[in-house]
Amino acid sequence: MTETSLVTALVFWALAVVAVAAGVAVFRVDSMARATYALATSFVAVGLALLLVDLDYIGLVTVLMMVMEMAIMAVYMIMFMGMNPALMPMSMVHGQRTAVGAATATFVLLAAGAVLVPWPERRGVPAADHTAALGEALMGAKMLVMMTVSPVMLATIVAGIVLASHRTRYDRLGDDLKQRPADDPQPGGVGR
Amino acid sequence: MTLETVLIVAAALFSVGLYGALSQQVVVMVMMGLELMLNGVILAGAAFWWFLAPAPEGQVLLLVVIAAMTVEMAMGFAVAIALHRHRGTDMTDMAADLSR
Repeated sequence: MTETSLVTALVFWALAVVAVAAGVAVFRVDSMARATYALATSFVAVGLALLLVDLDYIGLVTVLMMVMEMAIMAVYMIMFMGMNPALMPMSMVHGQRTAVGAATATFVLLAAGAVLVPWPERRGVPAADHTAALGEALMGAKMLVMMTVSPVMLATIVAGIVLASHRTRYDRLGDDLKQRPADDPQPGGVGR
Repeated sequence: MTLETVLIVAAALFSVGLYGALSQQVVVMVMMGLELMLNGVILAGAAFWWFLAPAPEGQVLLLVVIAAMTVEMAMGFAVAIALHRHRGTDMTDMAADLSR
C-alpha cells in the first residue's frame, strides 16, 4: 500500500466512523436541535468522503445542500415546537423493537451482499476532469435526465406552496366571485 | 478503502436511517431518517462509480438521487405544515387515518 493510499484509507475510516456515529446520534440525542446538528455532521462526513474518490462537485453539493437543509430544518423546529421545546429532552418513538429488528436485518443483508457478491473489475478510466465530464454529459447525452428533473422540481415548488399556504378565498367562496362566505360546519369547504 | 468497506459503511447509514424512519413519531424526525437512508445511497453510488465504472453517467445518477432528496424534503415540510395547520400536531400517530 502506498503512502497516499494509506492516508486516503485512514481519512476514509475516520470519516466513516464520524458519519455512522453522527447518524446514530440523530436518534439518540436529547433534543431535535442536537439531532439536526448530528445529521448535518453525518452528511458533511459523507460529502468529504466523496471528495476522496474525486467526486468534487457532488461532494461539495452534498455538503452545501445539507448544511442549508439543516438550517431550514432548525427553522421548522422552532416554528412547530418553539425554541425551548426544540432544545429540551424528548423521546417520541413507537414500534422501537420492530424498527431495531428491521434495521439490523437490513444491515446484515446489505453487508452480506457487499462482501459475498463477486464484484467485477473496474471498467474504463475516469475522465481527467470529472466535473467537466459531468457537465458535458448533462448538456449532451444525458440531457433527458435534466429535462425530467427540471419539471419535477417545478412541480415540487408549486405543490409545496399549495400544501403549505393558507386556504385562499377560492376555498372559502368557490369560483363564483359574487357568492357570500359559506356557512360551512367544517371550515374550508367551498360552500356548494 | 475498498468497494466492500465503503458499501458496508453505506449499509450502516442506510440501516440507521431505516430505524429512524420506522421508529420516530415526529414528522421531521421521520424525514431525518429518510435523509440518512439517502445519505447511504449516495455513498454506495459513489463507491460503485469509483470502483466499478467511473463514467459520467454514474455522477448523473448521483445528481438524480440528490434531486430526489430535495423533493422529499420539500414535500415533507409542506405536508408537515399542512398537518400542523389543520390538526395542530406534527406527530405521525395523529395522522394515521391519512394512510387509509
